[in-house]
Amino acid sequence: MLDTAQIRPDFPILARRENGHRLVYLDNAATSQKPRRVLDAIGHYYSSHNANVHRGAYTLAVEATEAYEAARTTVARFVNAWAREGVVFTRGTTESINLVAASWGRTHVAAGDTVVVTAMDHHSNIVPWQILCQEKRATLRMVEITEDGRVDLSDYGRALDAKPKIVAFPYVSNSLGTVNPAAQLAKLAHAAGAVVVVDGAQSTPHLRVDVQALDCDFYALSGHKMLAPMGSGALIAKPALLEAMPPYHGGGEMIERVWDDHATWNKIPHKFEGGTPNVEAAIGLAAAIAYLEELGMDRVAGHEQALARTAIERLRRIEGVTVYGPRDHRAGVVPFTYGDIHPHDLATILDRDGVCIRAGHHCTQPLMRRLGVAATARASFYVYNDVDDIDALVTALRKAGELFGVPA
Amino acid sequence: MSDLSDLYQQVILDHNRSPRNFRTVPGANRSAEGYNPLCGDRISLQARVDGDVITDVGFQGSGCAISKAAASLMTAAVHGKTTAEADALFRSFHGMLTGGVDGPADPQALGKLAAFAGVRAFPARVKCANLSWHTLRAALENRAEPVTTESPSD
Repeated sequence: MLDTAQIRPDFPILARRENGHRLVYLDNAATSQKPRRVLDAIGHYYSSHNANVHRGAYTLAVEATEAYEAARTTVARFVNAWAREGVVFTRGTTESINLVAASWGRTHVAAGDTVVVTAMDHHSNIVPWQILCQEKRATLRMVEITEDGRVDLSDYGRALDAKPKIVAFPYVSNSLGTVNPAAQLAKLAHAAGAVVVVDGAQSTPHLRVDVQALDCDFYALSGHKMLAPMGSGALIAKPALLEAMPPYHGGGEMIERVWDDHATWNKIPHKFEGGTPNVEAAIGLAAAIAYLEELGMDRVAGHEQALARTAIERLRRIEGVTVYGPRDHRAGVVPFTYGDIHPHDLATILDRDGVCIRAGHHCTQPLMRRLGVAATARASFYVYNDVDDIDALVTALRKAGELFGVPA
Repeated sequence: MSDLSDLYQQVILDHNRSPRNFRTVPGANRSAEGYNPLCGDRISLQARVDGDVITDVGFQGSGCAISKAAASLMTAAVHGKTTAEADALFRSFHGMLTGGVDGPADPQALGKLAAFAGVRAFPARVKCANLSWHTLRAALENRAEPVTTESPSD
């Protein structure tokens, strides 16, 4: 376990009181809190180095460009990217996936082709493919999940029989906490001739990620779920794929030369970074990665998994609570329901005790339909959470049970 | 600070547990669907209007305690009212929840609906209390499009 007594003071927001209680932030799968080091890195950038990147011939602009490009190197190292040129900064996972769908997808997917996603995908890894398939009159095939919330490998195999152009899946499910056998899924998809897109929004903050070992083709991540600012994120891709792809957004920065009626493109990754980039986000992301690397990603993963195990054990002892997701191979995400108390009511009641959980469909409506629920409550953990937070969660849940008379 | 018992009053908990008029309406001539895309709550509302009087009204669907109790108490409140009276009640109710242009409502006129006064202190939950009312309004106006809590009217 991590030493949370050391870690918690690094996060200014955790000093906040909520209705007289300590803030128990358990909505980390939605977004994480930010350590002082990240806030300071952003502040320092604006107070000392701010200028537009890749343009100016003066010192400030050179410093801003160096900091921005150093952040790219940091991200590349953190996920073991194929090359630093294969790291495109984006606003986050959603934009990264939309980039792949709009650029690689529109170039390669034609009428009659198939794109495969899973029933546990987040809307951000479903809707861009729906838009692509509707435009191209292609088929979107959704792979079913098993009862305990894993990808159904036999249905996955059947989906691959259609020789899909693209196979997309989450490394870690945001709704179930399932850690998918991503390398195995990628290998099977490649054998069927598909390009593999991995949604890394929930894996990058919580596991040691090695995209080369996964051997996917595209890997999308969000910074804000891993201690970095909102609006930070990246698409990690095999450079050869990016080289062959048309641009996503036209504008400054992404061009080489512009004529009256046409233009030529900048080198990768700049070809995909039209317009002034979010430099503070990249710098904040690099600072967040430095913080996580000091903690050690294996220890981060172990800490969260231990908390999840304890939480599941404690929640299951409350009569009326159902915990969703697989028994093993899961990250620090714990979805549950409590009798017939609607998750929104649970979230409101817990909030009175300073306990922040997520309630709703978690942007996974196809999954909710399969689970047969309209919504679930979800507690998700990160580096600053500890057993006291689980105690607070359980105490507040018991209050909710009393108020609603559950179990009746 | 507002207490939880201000929000979850006994009458609300009771209507959540045993919603009234949780059924289809025989001979319904008005209907609408209401939906909260943020939380997935869904209500299907049917009514029978004879002349300008709401002679029967019922709802089905799933939602949180606030939205379910609000729908239940609404059906009880507008049953037998004219559409104009129902509309006035809606404006009064909405005013109580939001403190908007219609100002604070007359608690006398609202009757049991006054139980929702506590919702005002929980801004994230105002939509839950309003969903069934927006849906009723759409049904009475015979609007075909489903109502969502994300429409600009709110």
